[in-house]
Parts: sequence; structure tokens; C-alpha cells
Amino acid sequence: MTDFTPTEMMTIAASRELSNDDVCFVGIGAPSAACNVARLTHAPDITLIYESGTVGTRPDVLPLSIGDGELCDTALFTVSVPEMFRYWLQGGRITTGFLGGAQIDKFANLNTTVVGSYDHPKVRLPGGGGAPEIASNCGRIFITMALSKRGFVEKLPFITSMGHGEGGDHRERLGMKTKGPTRVITDLCILEPDAVSKELTVVSIHDGVTREQIVDNCGWPIKFADQVIATPVPTEIELTTLRDINARTKKAHQGDREAA
Amino acid sequence: MAKIVSLAEAIGENVRDGDTVAMEGFTHLIPYAAGHEVIRQGRKDLFLVRMTPDILYDQLIGVGAARGMKFSWGGNPGVGSLHRFRDAVENQWPRPLEIEEHSHAAMANAYEAGAANLPFAMLRGYIGADLPKVNPNIKSVTCPFTSEVLAAVPAIRPDVTIIHAQRADRKGNVLIEGIVGVQKEAVLAARRSIVTVEEIVDELAPPSPNSVVLPTWAVTAISHVPGGAFPSYAHGYYPRSNAFYIGWDDIARDRESFTAWIKENVLDARPEDFARHAGKAPAKAA
Repeated sequence: MTDFTPTEMMTIAASRELSNDDVCFVGIGAPSAACNVARLTHAPDITLIYESGTVGTRPDVLPLSIGDGELCDTALFTVSVPEMFRYWLQGGRITTGFLGGAQIDKFANLNTTVVGSYDHPKVRLPGGGGAPEIASNCGRIFITMALSKRGFVEKLPFITSMGHGEGGDHRERLGMKTKGPTRVITDLCILEPDAVSKELTVVSIHDGVTREQIVDNCGWPIKFADQVIATPVPTEIELTTLRDINARTKKAHQGDREAA
Repeated sequence: MAKIVSLAEAIGENVRDGDTVAMEGFTHLIPYAAGHEVIRQGRKDLFLVRMTPDILYDQLIGVGAARGMKFSWGGNPGVGSLHRFRDAVENQWPRPLEIEEHSHAAMANAYEAGAANLPFAMLRGYIGADLPKVNPNIKSVTCPFTSEVLAAVPAIRPDVTIIHAQRADRKGNVLIEGIVGVQKEAVLAARRSIVTVEEIVDELAPPSPNSVVLPTWAVTAISHVPGGAFPSYAHGYYPRSNAFYIGWDDIARDRESFTAWIKENVLDARPEDFARHAGKAPAKAA
């Protein structure tokens, strides 16, 4: 297929990162779409977990919140929130965490807390929710967000959840045994931390995107790996699956206009 | 033993100015009707606690009922910002709001510690994150056995916890089903508790021996308020009104439209008005 939007490419590229063996802690928004496209295409047996306590959920429409009834109705089982964070996340049972964020830096640290100073913020964002412990306790982290100068910044005003900290072996120095962010999937390209410095580096470029576009949309001088591949374009099945679930979701969320 | 009373009585007797109040519900079973009664009765200087303050706390903050809030994620899920919360933090309107911010894992652990009558909770948390720099209530403890350093936060002990549940029996035993969140922990951590329910039935008939039941002797007051969780939902009764959550963004963005909405839908309304949202979903085919 050649007719697709950058956002569709991002979601589909993100979905390809997941496999049947993953036990995945799903963030809301773009991660949720990617995880469910994976489940409906190449990874039908993936275990999707939302922080509201729903385990092994198979929603027919994408949830607006992390606790929509659809998630509980289609889950293998549902646990309390303390059990979710203590036994399943902190217990080390989750292979993959899938996060989004408002801002990211070159070491894949995320900010969803404030723009400006904490005490006198220019913009007060919702905060971290589950992210600080998802980032440290999941086996590895995937991040998906659109590439923009506002989002990909040289220095974060606030580190909500740690990626690779100051780079290098910072995670190991803090006693973390998990891998942290291993892939960042954007609407223009895919990034991976450099093996040594842990600085995010372009490894794959989406169809029709130029290196200049990527450089122009990133807030730091972004590096390219020695070997950069072309991201395969979406297949017809991937694109149809994504568009169908988006259409079902839109219909479901706007179906009830009462009192709104 | 829980007293089964009107919502006005339950709030009047159990929520006092200055109280630390937890109105819990992780997207599901949010006690909207009870929160609106707190606003109608003009309670003030409340210290609000909740993992996911959403529209209900936006309303309480917007009318100036809160002096502070302890929370871990303050947004309109899937939609965006809580505009009244932002206005309070960014512009101190209608009054300054003291915030104590945590992660979900820490809040969940802190409620559990409260329910377990412990002074603090510990977790492997906040590693490399900035919240401990701005929240003096995030400290650390060293494991006496392994020397691992773990995060520590104080237990949550509300003066009063308010939740919504599916049903209670006439003795005041309460059943909660679906996404149960931290409601059980929040009730057991509190000095007093209020539960609004969709139905009061002769027999509670828990569907499983492992069902989440709060016994009457662990609850202070129960009120029958059908539809009382709208626009959130009651599993088995009515779905979440995602359209309302989407529509709230416009209502709350502007101080005047927010104030007009509060007057019409809270100050001039009654708990019984929630009944129009109540319903009982047909049993699902197995």
C-alpha cells in the first residue's frame, strides 16, 4: 500500500515490534492502538495489560481511558490496582512496557509532568501515572510519539520517567536490571539507543521521508546509524485492521451524546 | 454497622470542612453524585486524595472546595488536560492548590499500607525520576536483610473515603465488581466511609466466594443513588459516557461556562437526578 498517513505508519511500525510472546503493559493513546493492531494481525496470543488491572484483554474498540468497561469485559481476569503494580509489574512479570509522552530527550527520558518550573509551571501536564515504575520494572520499553521540535528536546524541564538517564551505563549504576527503552517509533523514523552511549539514533526511515525532515523536526542534532534501513510500507492487512479499529472506536466513543 | 441513609445525611454527618477526603474509582465507579453533594453542602478546605483525579476533582477544585490534592495522574483520560486543575496550579484560580504528587505504584502501595494499619509503604520505585526532588514525602528505606535501598511514602489515612458500588444488602454489606481499583484499600484505610450504590437488595448473593465484599461493620454510611457514577460507569449497569468526557473539555476550558454548568447541574440539581443515567445491562451470554 502506498496511500497512508505518517500517523498510520507510526502505529503500524510500532505494532510490528510486538510478538505473541510479549506480556505488554499498554499506555493509552498511540501505544494502545499499536498493541491492538499487533493483536489483530501477527500477534493474536499477545497478553495486553492495562494499569486499571485488566490482564489479557482483547478490546473490540480502543479504550478512551485505561479503565473502560470494554477492557474488563474482554479480559482473562481483572485484579485490584495495588495487585497490578505490586505482583505483576514490580514482580517482574511484564516483558514490555509501551509508553508515550509529551516530551523526550536524546536518552529516552520522558516528561509528562510540567513545562516550565515545577512550582510555577507554564503548562501543568497530567503527571506520571504508572510510567515511573513501568519504565524501571518492565523488561524493556518501547516508546511511540510523533517527531517534533516541541516533543524531542535537548533538555527536559522534568524527568517523569527515566530512560537511559545521562546515557552510558546510568541504569546499571542505579541498580536497574531491566533494559529500558530499546526502540522509539515516530511518524518519520525509528530510533534505537546507541549500544554504548545510549543516545537515540535513527535506524530506519519511513517511506517518502528525507533525512532533512528528520533533522528539522528534532530538537537536538540527531545522529543516524551507519546502517539505516527503509521501514517497510504498511501491508493492506495492517492498514485495514488499523482503519477498522479506529472507525469502530470513533463510532463507539461518540455514540452516546447524552448530557455531553 | 453501616447506616443506610440519604446522600445528604451521609455527606452531612461524615464530611467536614478541612477533612482529608478520598473519592476513589479507577475510571470505573467514580462517586460523582456524592461529590456533587459535597459541593452543594459547601464543604471547604478539603485535602483531596485520589490516584486519578478526573472530572469530579476538576469540579471540586473549580468551585474552590479544595485546599490541596494528593494524586498520581491528573488528566481527562484519552482527552487531555483538566482545565480547572490547570487553572488552579498555573493561575491560582479560584484559590491556590497545594499539590503532593506521586506515581500510581506509590499511591496504590500507600493505600494498601493505610488499610494494613502501617505507617508507610515501600516500593522499588521512582528510580531516576524527578518527583522525589519536589515531593518531600518521597523518602527511602534500606532493607535490613539485603541493604537494597527502596522508596518509602507515608500511608494514606483519609478522614473519610467515598466510593460508589454496584449493590448493598439491607444490612449494609457491599459488593464491588469489575475494575475494583483501590476502593477496598481506600475504605479500609479511612476513619469513616460512605458508599453510594446502584441497588439495595434483600440478598447480596456475591457471584464468587472470592468476590470483593465490604462487610457492613467496615462501612460507616450507605446511600442508594442509582446512576450515581455517571459519567463514569457501573459494570453490569450502564457504560461509561465517553462522549461526556470528550464534551467536558469545552465546558471546563472556560471559567464562565464551567461556573454555569456547576450551577445548573450541581447546585440546582438533586441526587435523584442521577437516576436518569441508571440502567441494568442484560446478563451477558456466556
